[in-house]
Amino acid sequence: MNIAFTELTPIKAGEMVRKRELSVEELTKAYLKRSIALDGEINAFLRIEEEYALKSAAAVQKRIDAKEELGPLAGVPFGLKDNICTKGLETTCASRILGGFVPPYEATLMEKMSRGGAVLIGKTNMDEFAMGSTTETSYYKTTKNPWNLEHVPGGSSGGSAAAVAAREVPYAIGSDTGGSIRQPAAYCGVTGLKPTYGAVSRFGLIAYGSSLDQIGPIAPSAKDCAAILDMISGFDEKDATSMKTQFNAVAQLEGGVKDMVIGIPKSYFGEGLNGEVREIITAAIKVLTDAGAKVEEFDFSILDYAVPAYYIIASAEASSNLSRFDGVKYGFRAEDAEGLRDVYLKTRTQGFGSEVKKRIMLGAFALSSGYYDAYYNKALQVKALIKKAFDDAFAKYDMILGPVAPTTAPKIGESLKDPLAMYLSDIYTVSVNLAGLPGIALPCGFDQKGLPVGMQLIAKAFDDEKLLCAAHCYQQLTDFHRQFPALAGKGGV
Amino acid sequence: MIITDEIIDYVSSLARLDLSVEEKTKIKGEIEKIIDYMDVLNTLNTTGVEPMSHVLPVTNVFREDIVAASVPREEILANAPEVDHGAFRVPKTVE
Repeated sequence: MNIAFTELTPIKAGEMVRKRELSVEELTKAYLKRSIALDGEINAFLRIEEEYALKSAAAVQKRIDAKEELGPLAGVPFGLKDNICTKGLETTCASRILGGFVPPYEATLMEKMSRGGAVLIGKTNMDEFAMGSTTETSYYKTTKNPWNLEHVPGGSSGGSAAAVAAREVPYAIGSDTGGSIRQPAAYCGVTGLKPTYGAVSRFGLIAYGSSLDQIGPIAPSAKDCAAILDMISGFDEKDATSMKTQFNAVAQLEGGVKDMVIGIPKSYFGEGLNGEVREIITAAIKVLTDAGAKVEEFDFSILDYAVPAYYIIASAEASSNLSRFDGVKYGFRAEDAEGLRDVYLKTRTQGFGSEVKKRIMLGAFALSSGYYDAYYNKALQVKALIKKAFDDAFAKYDMILGPVAPTTAPKIGESLKDPLAMYLSDIYTVSVNLAGLPGIALPCGFDQKGLPVGMQLIAKAFDDEKLLCAAHCYQQLTDFHRQFPALAGKGGV
Repeated sequence: MIITDEIIDYVSSLARLDLSVEEKTKIKGEIEKIIDYMDVLNTLNTTGVEPMSHVLPVTNVFREDIVAASVPREEILANAPEVDHGAFRVPKTVE
């Protein structure tokens, strides 16, 4: 054995491949074997694609042998959330209604990753259509938190976060509509970045809330996330909301936080926040001030309105986006339907799970005549005020710091009993999506049950590099991101 | 506000969902609770605030209108539950 899986970060794995200490096939085979072995317990993957992975590995090795200039992650295996289209590989959004759907085209993200020589080894589990905060709304399976198998991994990118936490893969890709990268990353003790809206193409990402959705990386460290962001960001003419941005985050990691001014929103530390989480975040703030950052509290009372505005906008967009699933063009079609309207009704009723149906209903209600102004339009006005509150804050601060979630990971089965409470647990993450900002979740400690706690850093739009730099600085001074759950401790390449 | 059975029936018809009685009751209760909570928005004065649909300064995204190959028809149809003569097949829609 050359190296333990727990030491093998994406960047380290890429280095070993480049230096020919390992072939891409060796690395891919080792991770396939490991993910198959560990996933029986964790259920992070919906599908592990052995044949596809070995073929990609051979192709990447050839390009490396031909001295092609590939990025730092060439030859490194990864997991992909199942709401991102992979040409020729089933993509279901963890929904019955998309069962058997094999996309005839590649998401732009996948094209970029293939260009960088990344090796896809499987599609990860998620809440159905990314609607949920626990990965329990998946039609297919329930993913477990690798730190404690009785707890959820968070959601909706729970499969991606759990796979990285267990080191089943060096890194994974998720999507974040209201916290779906950051919250599971926090619950699983790994690093998760939601880039600025428009920085990563959404072409081929099956839409939930189009004005909020953004693809991003989940990996052990901020440095790894920087390398992944550099590979996946950039303008794409197939996504009309994508921006002409090409990040070079890896080159700017070492700037430190000296003289950075970090704003602490008072409302992020209000009564809803669990005491242990508060203490751990407070200690994390001290690490940054000791490193030379200045910290200042500020009023951010608009936070109280973020969750209702978010759920109205996200559900409204979902009700529109999910109207394309009708049993005609792809996926599941209900049997014994009489007439076309009946095909729609029966297919959608049988094909969608209850959380998805509820959000479609909520969205259709908020958009219906008579309620449009009171709910949807009002939510868009609140969104404008939230954006303004952030603009005002960023006129004074380089960054904003707070928790990712009010508690650590709940037990499996607890959250779905009280849906409103589950929505409220998104309080610290959703406003970032409404304002289109970049946010990162970093492991910063453990509660008494041994479950990870994450802190969140938020920056202004397109300051993703600065965000990663501050996160990297924190990780140079701490080792929470290097810790791993007991079940990940064995084995190596 | 009170979510009536009529509202639930109307909205599920808009959404092309045919909910069972149990599902209706459950969704009605949950939506009512959520809408109640959402009414907190009414305590925020938004007079004169322009509704914001897009956060980034992008308008009118154009590109050249160039003819290019798209995905072949057979590949698109390969995912359809039912296909007939190169088209999506659905049950009879008019009598």
